[in-house]
Amino acid sequence: MLNKIYDWVDERLDITPIWRDIADHEVPEHVNPAHHFSAFVYCFGGLTFFITVIQILSGMFLTMYYVPDIENAWESVFYLQNEVAFGEIVRGMHHWGASLVIVMMFLHTLRVFFTGSYKKPRELNWMVGVLIFAVMLGLGFTGYLLPWDMKALFATKVGIEIAASVPFIGGMIKTLLAGDEHIIGAQTLTRFFAIHVFFLPAALFGLLAAHFIMIRRQGISGPL
Amino acid sequence: MSNNKVSRRQFLSYTLTGVGGFMAAGMLMPMVRFAIDPVLQKSEGGDFVLTEKKIADITEIPERVDFTFEQVDAWYKSDITNAAWVYKEGDQVIALSPVCKHLGCTVNWEGDPAHKNQFFCPCHAGRYEKNGQNVPKTPPLGPLDQFEIRENDGFLEIGKAIPNTLV
Repeated sequence: MLNKIYDWVDERLDITPIWRDIADHEVPEHVNPAHHFSAFVYCFGGLTFFITVIQILSGMFLTMYYVPDIENAWESVFYLQNEVAFGEIVRGMHHWGASLVIVMMFLHTLRVFFTGSYKKPRELNWMVGVLIFAVMLGLGFTGYLLPWDMKALFATKVGIEIAASVPFIGGMIKTLLAGDEHIIGAQTLTRFFAIHVFFLPAALFGLLAAHFIMIRRQGISGPL
Repeated sequence: MSNNKVSRRQFLSYTLTGVGGFMAAGMLMPMVRFAIDPVLQKSEGGDFVLTEKKIADITEIPERVDFTFEQVDAWYKSDITNAAWVYKEGDQVIALSPVCKHLGCTVNWEGDPAHKNQFFCPCHAGRYEKNGQNVPKTPPLGPLDQFEIRENDGFLEIGKAIPNTLV
């Protein structure tokens, strides 16, 4: 049945070369944990992506209930966690996944660093990776405010004060982030929500695409 | 089947697909159940709401009676005012829902001067008889809903809407 559907589509659109291009490539022996168990360190990048996918999915589902408004944000989070079936699980996936994605990304960075994989000709991919790192930290920072509880509020106050300590333009950065010169409130929350679910994910998709295209173009770096 | 050996490649692809599918299901199942929760929530049986209408004051002419109740909408609570068209049929008190069965507008008693003794919906000129029966050749496809009612110390109480029992 599935084969027939596939053949029907393939006959018309010739899709086999497309997915072959994406999926069908050899894994060199030195990065295959079946050959050398220590090669599991080469899985960190893929695992980071896997957790990122979970973050995107669970985040999409959370927005079905979440409201980015100072009156309702906390109430809606409380409702989705305690009244909706599997709310604790779905919010838990997003909450713990957020920390885990940073951990995995850091391990991936260490692996790339200690295997020297960032060296010529892969410098550009390292730079894109650093940008991804920054975007991920931004996602973590903006997402932290969204439950709108005391911890979120004061963590964001501190974070914004840190941004405000930048010489010369610190005050402007602060206003830009918070939406107001003095208040961390209604406008801060909507801004952080927009940044968290639209702007940073869009940047992330672009950077990830570049990251993956480059690795396929250049191949995995050779053995040590 | 019995004399067809399963090749290593087949065995691997089956087990990997199986395990992968199991993991994907474990990931997606909570999220899907989370998303469809509103469909599976049990609706609570409607409580009766006390109105300011005395049973003794109800006449044979349908009259609009407003009633207010606290609506719990997930994390948001608010006071909602709904209305009923209330009249007496002999000794029996009847309360009809004003929600048009065509597309949900609000109907009025004798809202159209050309049609006395009928409910009229201004949106698409739907009409109903006094007992809620929809007039043929007008847009509504069913009769107006009826409210459960009861008396409390001489005053009218209105419960949840039920399918019309008069037609």
